[in-house]
Amino acid sequence: MATVTLDRPSATAPPQLRKDPRQGRKIVGRVLLYVAMIVAAAAIMLPFFWMVTSSLKTNNQVFSVPIQWLPDPVVWRNYIDIWARADMLTWVKNTLILSVGVTFLQVLTGSFAAYGFSKMRFPGRDVLFLTYVATIAVPWQAYMIPQFIMLSRVGLSNTLWSILALQTFSAFGVFLMKQYYESIPEELSEAARIDGLSEYSIWRRIVLPLSGPAVATLTLLTFVNTWNDYLGPLIYLRDRDLWTIQIGLKSFVSQYNAEYALIMTGSVISVLPIALIFMLGQRYFVQGIATAGLKG
Amino acid sequence: MATAVDAPAAPTPPRRNRSRLTLRNTFIGWTFILPNFIGFAVLTLVPVIALFYIAFTSWNAFGQANWIGLENFSRLLTDGTFHTALFNTGYYAALHIPLTLAASLGLALLLNHKMRGIAFFRTVAFFPYITSIVAIAVVWNMLFSPDSGPINQFLMALGLDNPPGWTTSSTWAMPAVVLTSVWREMGYYMLLFLAGLQAIPRELYEAARVDGANAVQRFWNVTVPSLRPTTFFVTVILTIQSFKVLDLILVMTDGGPGTSTLVLAQYIYRKGFEENDFGYASAVAVVLFFICLGLTVVQFLLNKRKEV
Repeated sequence: MATVTLDRPSATAPPQLRKDPRQGRKIVGRVLLYVAMIVAAAAIMLPFFWMVTSSLKTNNQVFSVPIQWLPDPVVWRNYIDIWARADMLTWVKNTLILSVGVTFLQVLTGSFAAYGFSKMRFPGRDVLFLTYVATIAVPWQAYMIPQFIMLSRVGLSNTLWSILALQTFSAFGVFLMKQYYESIPEELSEAARIDGLSEYSIWRRIVLPLSGPAVATLTLLTFVNTWNDYLGPLIYLRDRDLWTIQIGLKSFVSQYNAEYALIMTGSVISVLPIALIFMLGQRYFVQGIATAGLKG
Repeated sequence: MATAVDAPAAPTPPRRNRSRLTLRNTFIGWTFILPNFIGFAVLTLVPVIALFYIAFTSWNAFGQANWIGLENFSRLLTDGTFHTALFNTGYYAALHIPLTLAASLGLALLLNHKMRGIAFFRTVAFFPYITSIVAIAVVWNMLFSPDSGPINQFLMALGLDNPPGWTTSSTWAMPAVVLTSVWREMGYYMLLFLAGLQAIPRELYEAARVDGANAVQRFWNVTVPSLRPTTFFVTVILTIQSFKVLDLILVMTDGGPGTSTLVLAQYIYRKGFEENDFGYASAVAVVLFFICLGLTVVQFLLNKRKEV
């Protein structure tokens, strides 16, 4: 299995020596490490902190000199006003439809194809897989124009279908699932074959249930990616009632560019679901990235 | 004569069985791959191939594509805006790649300790990577605000009388964009480095320690050489990512002020989707394609030579 556990279990516990002169230095080292980590973490999170606190301020307070770190008074109203001032509900709804749809389709077709690539043996398989891997290095920005022309020709531009089509068939999903399937012992499928199970049943009843972590990783990554996608919707979704949260937020920023607090409120709302998902699945995120390494 | 013909006759039945099995396997294998492959072929492979045709045509959104040969490419040679975009993309990469490498390796070294709460710190470092570009761009634009933005207030508190104008200044806009993207992406590359660090056998460090190497020597003589495959991998991805940068710039500066942050991918976007000049935009896309391909190949060759 290629999974890299991001902490090797310590094989032997360090022997507890009393009065070790190194012990004192070790504790100082630990404390310094913690200080360094806390400083780094605070620096990384500072923009988010500023975003959240600003979303609870009045417009004047956002850019006050000197900086006012905490809102006073706390303007909860921003979180009510924004739903009336912007089309938030439509944006969230569209984004949710796309994220769930893309994720479902990608996990389904990706894991299905991965089974073909890892558990079946047939001529041409490896060449085919190589084309998948090769395209991971081709930037989407290079072929977005021909893709747009094609999807427009078949009447899919300016519909949510275009984003589904765009995001669903990623080589990355196939790649990630295949990596995981290869770690499932071949003997299991062999035994199932002898028992007379068809390949489809082996996929559904044996391999898929065993690949929980890979499915979780791909689900999380795909959902987050689709939720955060900006360019795809920018190019394809022209009608206001098709906009996703990213497009909506961007247009809100240009339209109300002095409403700093409300803009921050919208930003917080656009990040909130991701933060939630991230907390639920951070273990899989970290492992999945370490395993597959590629994205985009 | 007869024996030669007869000889293979005996094993024929199993072979036919085997070939039938191969056929059956091929068929079933394809049914697994097909649902994904059709989408992948139609939406990725075909557009990539079509790109090379469209680049040789003159085509707006409505009319026919007219074959004009190399005209688009000779136009690129004299197109000043294209040269600016090319230069800016290189400038972005030149700042972005080393800074992200240093920041993510530094973070990985800091967070490669087995201690309580370490998972929390790793999670924090990774979080910016999965938040939306638009929210990040908007927040950082405000942080970079020249008059009363927090960053310049901080710089003035440090005694800097004339802090940079960041995204409103053609000199400082690119550094501002790069700083934002380094902050966003370093957590991702940190995870890759962490995985690499943890694959280094501890015995190497112990041996170095026995030989009397101090921490700095251990870093240069054990960590850096052992991390070479990871560093290579990270650099390849980072390079491709740098050359295709678009969305962050689109939201933060829209290529401005002037053309000071206009990059190749944005020029493709402009020519294609804003000016409907599909042929010319595709020619720029071909350039981007070959830059990414070329850099990847060069890096693979360099890596191979170092390995020998």
